[in-house]
Order: sequence, then structure tokens, then C-alpha cells
Amino acid sequence: MTLPQELEQKFSEIIGKYPPEYKKSALVPLLLYSQDALGKITPELVNEVARRVGVFPLQVEEVLTYYSMLHFPKPMGKYHVQICTNVSCQLTGGPELWELACKRLGLGHKEVSADGLISLEEVECIGACSWAPAIQINYDFHHFVTPEKLDELLDNLRQLQ
Amino acid sequence: MADLVKLTIDGIPVEAAPGSLLIEVARRIGKEIPAFCYYDGFSQVAACRMCLVEIEGIPKLMTACTQPVGEGMVVRTETPKLAEARKGTLEFLLTNHPLDCPVCDKGGECELQDMVFRYGASESRYVEIKHHHDEQQWSPVVYFDPARCILCYRCVRVCSEGMGVNALGVVQRGAYAEIAPNHTDHLECDECGACIDICPVGALTSDTYRYQTRPWEMNHVGTICTHCSNGCKTTLGVRNDQIIRGNNRDRSGINGEFLCVKGRYAFDFNESEERLTTPMIRKGGKLEPASWSDAVRFVAGKLKQLKEAGRQIGVVGSGRVTNEESYYLQKFARQVLGTNSIDHERSGDVVTLLDALAGRANALATVDDLYRAKAVLVIGSDLAHQHPLLHWQIRANWRHHAAHTYSVTAGPVREDQHTVAAIRAAEGAEMNALEQLRDKLSAESELAIVFGDSVKGEAVRQLVSFGDSLGIPVKYVCLVDYVNSRGAMDMGIIPELLPGYQSAAAAGLPVGLTLPQMLANEHLGALWVVNADPLRNTRLAAKEAFVIVQDLFLTATAQQADVLLPSASLYEKLGTVTNVCGEVQRLTKAAQTMGAKADLEIIGLIAKELGMASQMGPWITDKVFAEMQQVVAGYNVPLPVIATGGAAQTLPPAVKIGVETDPALIRSARDTQFTSGTLGSYSKKLDSLLESPGSLYQGENVLALATQ
Amino acid sequence: MLFNEPSPLETKVLTRRFGLPNSDTVDSFLANEGFAAFRKAVTMTPEAIIDEVKKSNLRGRGGAGFPTGMKWGFVPRNSPKPKYIVVNADESEPGTCKDRLLMQYDPLQLIEGMMISALAVGAKRGYIYIRGEYRYLIDIMDRAIADAYAKGWLGQNIQGTGFDFDVFTHTGAGAYECGEESALLESLEGKRGVPRIRPPFPAVAGLWRCPTVLNNVETFASVPSILLMGGEAWANLGSPRNGGTRLFCISGHVNKPGVYELPMGFNLMRMINEVAGGMKGGRHLKAVIPGGSSCPILKAEECDIAMDFDALKAVNSMLGSGGVVVMDETTDMVKVALRIMRFYQHESCGWCIPCREGTLWLKKILTRVEAGMGQRNDPALLHELANNMLGRTFCPLGDAAAMPTISIVEKFRDEFDDYIRRSPMASVAEAETEVPVGV
Repeated sequence: MTLPQELEQKFSEIIGKYPPEYKKSALVPLLLYSQDALGKITPELVNEVARRVGVFPLQVEEVLTYYSMLHFPKPMGKYHVQICTNVSCQLTGGPELWELACKRLGLGHKEVSADGLISLEEVECIGACSWAPAIQINYDFHHFVTPEKLDELLDNLRQLQ
Repeated sequence: MADLVKLTIDGIPVEAAPGSLLIEVARRIGKEIPAFCYYDGFSQVAACRMCLVEIEGIPKLMTACTQPVGEGMVVRTETPKLAEARKGTLEFLLTNHPLDCPVCDKGGECELQDMVFRYGASESRYVEIKHHHDEQQWSPVVYFDPARCILCYRCVRVCSEGMGVNALGVVQRGAYAEIAPNHTDHLECDECGACIDICPVGALTSDTYRYQTRPWEMNHVGTICTHCSNGCKTTLGVRNDQIIRGNNRDRSGINGEFLCVKGRYAFDFNESEERLTTPMIRKGGKLEPASWSDAVRFVAGKLKQLKEAGRQIGVVGSGRVTNEESYYLQKFARQVLGTNSIDHERSGDVVTLLDALAGRANALATVDDLYRAKAVLVIGSDLAHQHPLLHWQIRANWRHHAAHTYSVTAGPVREDQHTVAAIRAAEGAEMNALEQLRDKLSAESELAIVFGDSVKGEAVRQLVSFGDSLGIPVKYVCLVDYVNSRGAMDMGIIPELLPGYQSAAAAGLPVGLTLPQMLANEHLGALWVVNADPLRNTRLAAKEAFVIVQDLFLTATAQQADVLLPSASLYEKLGTVTNVCGEVQRLTKAAQTMGAKADLEIIGLIAKELGMASQMGPWITDKVFAEMQQVVAGYNVPLPVIATGGAAQTLPPAVKIGVETDPALIRSARDTQFTSGTLGSYSKKLDSLLESPGSLYQGENVLALATQ
Repeated sequence: MLFNEPSPLETKVLTRRFGLPNSDTVDSFLANEGFAAFRKAVTMTPEAIIDEVKKSNLRGRGGAGFPTGMKWGFVPRNSPKPKYIVVNADESEPGTCKDRLLMQYDPLQLIEGMMISALAVGAKRGYIYIRGEYRYLIDIMDRAIADAYAKGWLGQNIQGTGFDFDVFTHTGAGAYECGEESALLESLEGKRGVPRIRPPFPAVAGLWRCPTVLNNVETFASVPSILLMGGEAWANLGSPRNGGTRLFCISGHVNKPGVYELPMGFNLMRMINEVAGGMKGGRHLKAVIPGGSSCPILKAEECDIAMDFDALKAVNSMLGSGGVVVMDETTDMVKVALRIMRFYQHESCGWCIPCREGTLWLKKILTRVEAGMGQRNDPALLHELANNMLGRTFCPLGDAAAMPTISIVEKFRDEFDDYIRRSPMASVAEAETEVPVGV
């Protein structure tokens, strides 16, 4: 499988971090950066990554299905809205944000909009407890999120399209 | 040796080697600490939490499966606190278990059932909805029911660690974690079924056994697998003369619990509707059913007539019948028929090896030696596919004892996953390539050499000289094809040698025809074929020859028979067989097919008909064995050993054999786990697996090397 | 721009460079005592470095509170294998968000801490395992690492000292369990984040089975100031046996939630009222999770307590990872218990039976109770099942799930009963066991 040049470069950079006999270490980073670059993890990618790090595809699948940020076989949307409802956010309005997002987007947990643009996930603690409630859209953190702010963020996503 | 550690288990003082695990030490003194995931011989996982024990001075309960013994340790394995913990864990385990014991194959021999019976609660407090995932079929033989799975990871370990196949893994996580096959929804593997056997519950089931019976309805008969020369013990589950299951859960025998796809599933040839069940006599060019008495009378009459006419009679034996039958057959041929034209399809140069090693003690490796030798050299065989038990042993030796493995083969082999050095050499060129390993091998403290049929004749002598030149103790295994290929040689089923490797010429016997000579001899008067198929790709030159065939099936040879006598399979016989390492083991009769007779009985009946019964002696296996013990050099093996299911290695001759055999006659059939020119081709189960990998020298799992 | 206004009550040691312009560059770092501790450490013997850390009473900031100096001391001196430094930046314990700031505002302090540790144990290579969600921090760390290489503070023969050290970041991909040190190592080796059987501990057989020092971000970040101040002086910042300061992450129902650097042993009530600006809306305090969601909960009346490992242990709770979650009187404890259990169930790796099945069962019961379908013996069952997990699982995650449940059921039993009283299923089954009430 041919990878986009930038991703290919990232692959070399990541694999280069580990002693050659332990290049299997690159497995999770390769998958995560591939998912970011390609938008999804496909069986072809699984085979490719397996080949790159010298393991069986099953070993990639074992790892792939373990980590919650890796979405396989179903990809998430271009904008993945992650709303934390864990305890600190729970106390400060996280569940209300979650309800609102569900309603606004017409999506449930790990559902993707028909056009593939937006997906929604109720996530576990994202490490923003002191600035709760917090959400992440892709890798961007948003702290002290109010319903109004969430509305605005979701509106922006639609416009970004 | 380090001093033993002294400790107390449930008040009983015990001594154990430092580093031994509590669970093993407790087992030794009869304390069975419960465990699902612990399995001796495989890596520790400590996942089931059933083996928790109390150790004085440690507030936490400790897992006996990971806890090494300690000096002065005071251990308790059965306390109210532990019973409570085990009960709690079992309660957790049953929450998402379907409790479908009434229809589960494992019912009655399920470790989960037993454990709940011993430690579990009698009532369930679980009122929530169970997590369920439907059953999946992963291969023609392997089914997986995730709901029943308790995630002990035994299957994953036996496949990767034991077999080197790595076909099973764990996907997802938490309560949704599941065992998964290597190809998303199906398996590509050896189909050995070890995963099914080792499963403590009914999560992995086999197509041959599922929903067939309850375990207590079967007789469990321990006998020897009829397929390859490795001689695995198999325990056949038999109900109403039908073999339903093959496994070896009691781990008796040279193979422990190991069996390959053939041992576990290819027993179904025994019930094939193609089995011959009635004698046939050719009348007007057509084989017509006949009674046994008519058929035997007809054969005897013909043989008598041809012998009196001084016609040449050829006898073809096989590596598929017992030692007793081979012995009896050659005795009949040589003493009654007066012919020395007796041969079989030779698959390894045992004769030259034994000649080269004559007089040496401890020069032949046993199956167990391959597990214990400090170093093993494999020449010219893809053991994982051709001799799966030997591969298993060598791999276990590497895992448990860090044994050094070397391979000199025509292509990649599975041993490459752990070899110190793997050399690729074309067939016949192995001996030259071997020189590259000289330095490394000389540095080993001992060596076992396993070699295939490409090393024959002079090459065998070169190999032994090479071994001698290393200056270390070396043991050898000459690979042969079938369950009793070695025994056929030992019993003198070749014209050059009498039983026990005595020269036939020296005994004054005339020069006999070899098998190719018999087939090519236009003047042959009769050809008597016992459980072999020499005419599968050749025509008999003597068109008028009277052909007698004893077989289970209407083989190509059987189709040309003038008299066809249905014989019993190895699973329907008594007697002994000798495996590739020269180890003699005894069969137990597991089933019978109406109409078929053991070859020994058939030969006996013919002898009787010829009035030679008293000269031949009774066709009772034990009587024949007793005679073999007297007559056949090396076979004076202790009866108590083999009678109790053990294996006894025969000794090589004390003196040089001094008979040259033609290396050109030696050719292995190169069968793999999934192919078989003989019985396997009548196994529907094996047939259904033909698409699976199995070709030689593909080294399909060499990749795992990178991941170890 | 900082996440929250600092408090005048803070003792700014680890966070002293926070807010400086370009605090993530080598130049700014050097201008503000950066690498001074490393310069000192280079002149010291490994034993002396470890001694200094031992004297500081620094205890692991990841949650378990194991003495750091002792941990370093376990690394075999004469092992022929390479040794590794691994930073646990998989910050995932609900209530905890401090390592983020340490990496964002002072990435080089962490690297300096790793370098000193490497000097102490003879390591040449370090990895920073950062949770996948913190991608921006990986980028910050990568930039800081590149800057350090460019200016000769990483790589071969650092600053002519003859010391070689390489640092790499490694991204996680969403797994709380990888915060457990042996699971982190498995993950770093490209496997599922399933913990290892221990012993051997990472100090002896860690990354790629080589001797490894594995500590939390904050633990490593504390090391440079320990060397600069001297172990004893650093220890004296905190309470006895609990050296130094630590970053407390205050969240929940307070006016000024935030991450504050306070001395170990700082009083919890003062933390809430004086540092974090008191309870929101003037409501009453109901309960506090003192150190991240795995720590047994404290009722309001238990909160007049010194925040150190020993004091909290004495009340059967834990200091954990410094996540102080403050709850006011409006908090529904059944919902809190459910949310916490949902988390642990989601994060259980599934390896061992009691955790895999126990968390799921507990979650299902709590879900049912919260949905108004509770049965009378559910609180007792919750309590008993959590106890059946406690101390019997393969790794501490089972305990982490069981402990808050046990404490919430024990301390707020009446709230469960209230739910159940309204349930149509209330009379289905009678309680079989009594739950001890209160502490």
C-alpha cells in the first residue's frame, strides 16, 4: 500500500525512535498517525503496518482493538466531537453538554453524521478536570464549555466544511 | 545443584527446588490448587485468580501459579477466606456465561463445571442481561462460542508457544475482550485442534465431535495413532464401535497431549462407507463378494498351486500393519511360501544408520531425547509438516530448556523461528552444507540429529562420521513415513534382511526381488499385497500374475486384485508398532468393522488352510510378540512397559549388519499434515482441510521470528 | 496564558517557571536555573544522586506514592543490558490534570529530571509515554527535545560532559490501564496494554526486559529542584515522610478550580476554602475525592485533614495522583458512583476475571439503580461484589474500581436506599447482608 509522502515520512520518523529489533514499539503510534492522516484505518493499512513492524496482521488487530482512540473498522467523522462526562465534568455540566450535543447533531455515542463530517463520542476523562466541563474536537481542547459555547463550536464545524 | 527450599503447605512440610512454583509443589503432595489459566509448560498469565493462596506474613492473597517457593514459607491452600474468594470469582465468571451445560459438548468433563461444583455458589444473584456474542465457525474443524469462553488464554498460548503457529489472539478489551482467529473470521493454521483440546470449557469445539455424544457415553481407548511414524498415543472416544473423538487429554504416552490434525480428526476413515467389508473374488473379470472361507480357500489353493509350480511369488508388506503382522507375514513368505521376494516401500535409510552405529549404546534418540538434548540438528525435513510431534518436542525443548536448534533444509522451516543457524541446501547437498556448522556444533555439549530421506546410503555414513568428528555425544533419528515403517524394516520386510537385521544371504536364503523388481518381473506368479498400494502409478508387468490384496479400501492395487481381503485398521487391532525413533508401543483395540479382519488373522487363516498352522504358530498377537522377543534382535523389550502404555526403545544390532541396500529404493512419500497417500485420503475431514497451508518448506510463520 | 490564576498560598517550586515567556525553550530555561541541577548531578556519583533523592522523601506522584530514591536504587548497577528512563505521561486518572501543565509550561524541567535519573542509573535513552489525547503536548515536547538537541543538551557527549542521552516521545492511543507501569511498558513495546506479572519489577526487567526507571511526569520534574535545593531542604517543604510540594488538581464545586502547587500535608479544608476560593454558590461541602477517582471518598466531616500519603491512608483513603474532586450538597452520589464505575468498566483491560466481570456487573447494577429499578439488596450486593474484587485482581485497576464503590455505598447508603424506595422493584429481594454504615 502506498502512503502519502507526509505519512511515509512520519512512519520513518516514528520507527526510527526504537531500536531496530524492537520496531514493533512503533505499532500504536503508526496506527494513530495513520488514522489522523487517512481519516480511517482499513484492513490494507493493518496489513501494511504489520509488514512495516514485522508482525502478523492479527497482532496488529489485537492492539488496534484495544485502544479506544483507534477506530476500526468503523471510522469516525472528520470532526470528532468528544464530550467528557467523567466525574469532574459530571459535577460541572458535562452530561448536559452531552445531551445537548446529541440533540443538536442528531447523533449518539460513536455515531457519525451521514456526510461523514461529524462524529460524537462520550469520552472518559481527558485530563481537563480543573477546567471542566471540557470537550475535545479532534485534538483541540475546549475548557469551561457552556451550552452556548458548545452551540457555537458545533456551528463552526458545520461552516468549516 | 542449589539447596532445596523448605516450606509448609497446609501443614505438610515440603522440600522443593528454588524457583519452583507453589502450584506445582502443592500438586506434587496431592494438593490440587484450582486454576483455569495455569497450564504447565506454557507461560504464566495469572488471569483467572482461582489459585489464590494464603501465605503467612503476606496480607494479600497470592497467586500460586506465579509464586515461587520461599524458605520457611507457610502456605495455606484451603481456608474459608480462600473458599470465599474462589466462590466470588466463580460468581463473576458465571455472570456472562450462558450456562448452557445441557447442550454443551464439554458438559461432564468441563473444568468450569467441576470448579463451580467444588467452590461455587448454588444460587445466582445475577439478574442483569448477559453479554452475548454468537458462535462462529473458524475452520472446517474449529468452532468458537465466545459466550462460553472464560479467557484463560490457554488456546492462544498453545498455538503460539506450543505450535509456533500464532493463529489466535485477543481482540477488544475489558468485558468485550475475545479470542480471535488470524484471518478476521477464519483460521489459517495447522488445524491441529490443540486449542480445542486445551480449552477448559466448551468455548472451542470441533466439528467432528460437537453435538455427537455425551462424554460418559463413550469408551476412551488409548491406542497409537495410525497415520505418521511419530507414534503419538491417541485416546479415542468410541461409542457403539464408532470413533467420535481423538485426543490425548490424559497426557500419557510419548506425545503428552500433543496430536496433529491427523491424530485428532483423521480417524473418520475408519467409518468411511468405502471400507471393504466383504472378501471379493474375481470372477469373469469382475470382483464378486465371497465368504471368508471361500476366499481363504481360494487363496490357499492358488498359492499352493503356484508354489508347487515353482512360480515366483512376491510379497509386499507395509508400514501400516503391526510388528506382529509383519513378522508373521515374512515368516509365512519365507518359511511357507519359500520366497524371499518380500519388500515394502522404504522411506528412510534405517539400515545404513543402524549399520554405521552398530554396537553403540545410546546412539539412537527417543522422542523424549528431542525434548532434552542440549542441541538438535534437523536435516532435510520440514518437521512441522512432516513429523509434527518431533517439531513439537524440539520447540518445547527450546522453550523450556533453551535448546539450540540448527536446520539444514531445502527451504524455510518453522524451526527458523528459533534456530541458532538455518542453512538452505538443496536435497542431496546437505552434507556439504553441514560443514558450515562444524564450529558451532563442536561447541555444543551434545547433539541430536534428525535426518530425512535425502540423506541415504553413503551420506548416512558421512553423517555419522561427521557426528563422530564433533567429539560430543550424538544421537540420531532416521525419519521414516508411516506408523510402522520402522517396524517393517526391523521385521525384515525387505529381501536383504531377516528380522533383527540378520543377513538373508548369510542365512542361506536366495536373493529375493525388491518391490520394483517384483512389479517389473514379467514372470511373477503371484503378488500378495498387505495394506499397501504399490500399483497406484505403475502397472504390474506380469499380466497373468495372481494378485492377492489385503486392504481397508479399494485402492488402485486392490482394483487389480484377484482376491480382495478386507482388513481391519490399526484402530481395530491388537499388537505393537515401532515409531520413527525405534520406540515400541502397544495398540488397544478401539472399534471393529464387521466383515474386516486383522491382517494377522488373515495370514493365519491362509496358513491354516495350507495346513501350516502349527509351523507358523498361533496368530495371537501376544504369542507372536513373545516369539519376536526371542527371535528379533532388539525386540526383547520389557512387556510390562509397553503393556502399561509405555514406549520401549529397541536396541540397534550389536554387530555390523554388513548388508548393502540400494539407496535408490528409499523414497519418502513427502506427505504433509494435510496430504496422505494412504489412509488420510479416505478421511473426509482431512479432505475438507486441503486448502489449508501444508506444503513443505514454506516457513509460513518465519515472520514470528521478528516478534519473539 | 495560564489555565488558572495562581494562588498566593502556593509554594512555587516545580511551577516557578510557569508563565515565563517562551518557557518551553532552552534559552528561557537556561536563563532561569535550567540545567543547573544537571550540571550539579554530573559532578556527583550515582549513589550520591540517589541518596539526595532518598533524602528528599520524594514519593511517586503517579498515585502509589512509592519512594522514588528507593525505586532508583533497585536498578541493578552491573547489568550488561542497556538501561532506560521511561516517563509515565499517560495522565488518565479522573480528577487529574497536572502533568499536562508540567509538560506544557516547562518541558525541559521534565527532560532535566530524566537526565539526572539517567546519570543515577546509567541510562542512555529515555521515552516519554504521553497519552494520545495530549497530542499538542507531544508536539510541545518534540519541539523542546529538538531544541535541546540543537543546543547540545541531548545527544552525544552533552555539553562536553561525556554523558550521552537520547529522549523520544511515544504516543498512547486511549487506555487508562496504560498508566499502570507494567501495562505502559507493554504498550510501549507495541502490545495490548495488559499489565505484567510482577516481580520482576521494571527496575530489573522493564522496557524490552531491560532495567528501567519508570516514574510519573511530576516525579521526574521534582528531581531538578531536589538537587538544587538539596534533598533535605526539599523534604522540609512538605510533611514528615512526604517530601516537597505537589501539584493538586482541584475540580468540581469550587469557585476557583485549578492546579495549585502546595506543600505536601496542606490541609484539605484550606485547600478548598482558601486556595480554591470556597464552595460555589456558597453551598455546603458534601464529599471530596482526595486523589483521583480511585481513592475512597471522604465525607465533609472527614475533610479537615493533611493532604499527604500517610494521613489519608490513616482514614482508609489515598492521596493518589493529586486529583481533588470537590462535591457540594446537591451532588447525587448514586450518579457519581455509577459514573466512576462506568469509567473503570470501560477501562478494564479484561485480562483477569474479577475485574473484567466485576466492573461490568457493578456497572449494570448501578445503572439499574440509577434508572429507578433498584432492588432492596442492591446496595449490599454492590458492597459485597466490590469487596470480592478488592485485592484479588491482576493489577490495581480492580482495586481502583472497588474502593470508591465500597466507600460511597458505605458512606452514602441512604441515597441508594432513596433511589430504591422509589423503585417498583424495591421488594423483589431482601438484603442478605448488612452493610457497615459510616466509618
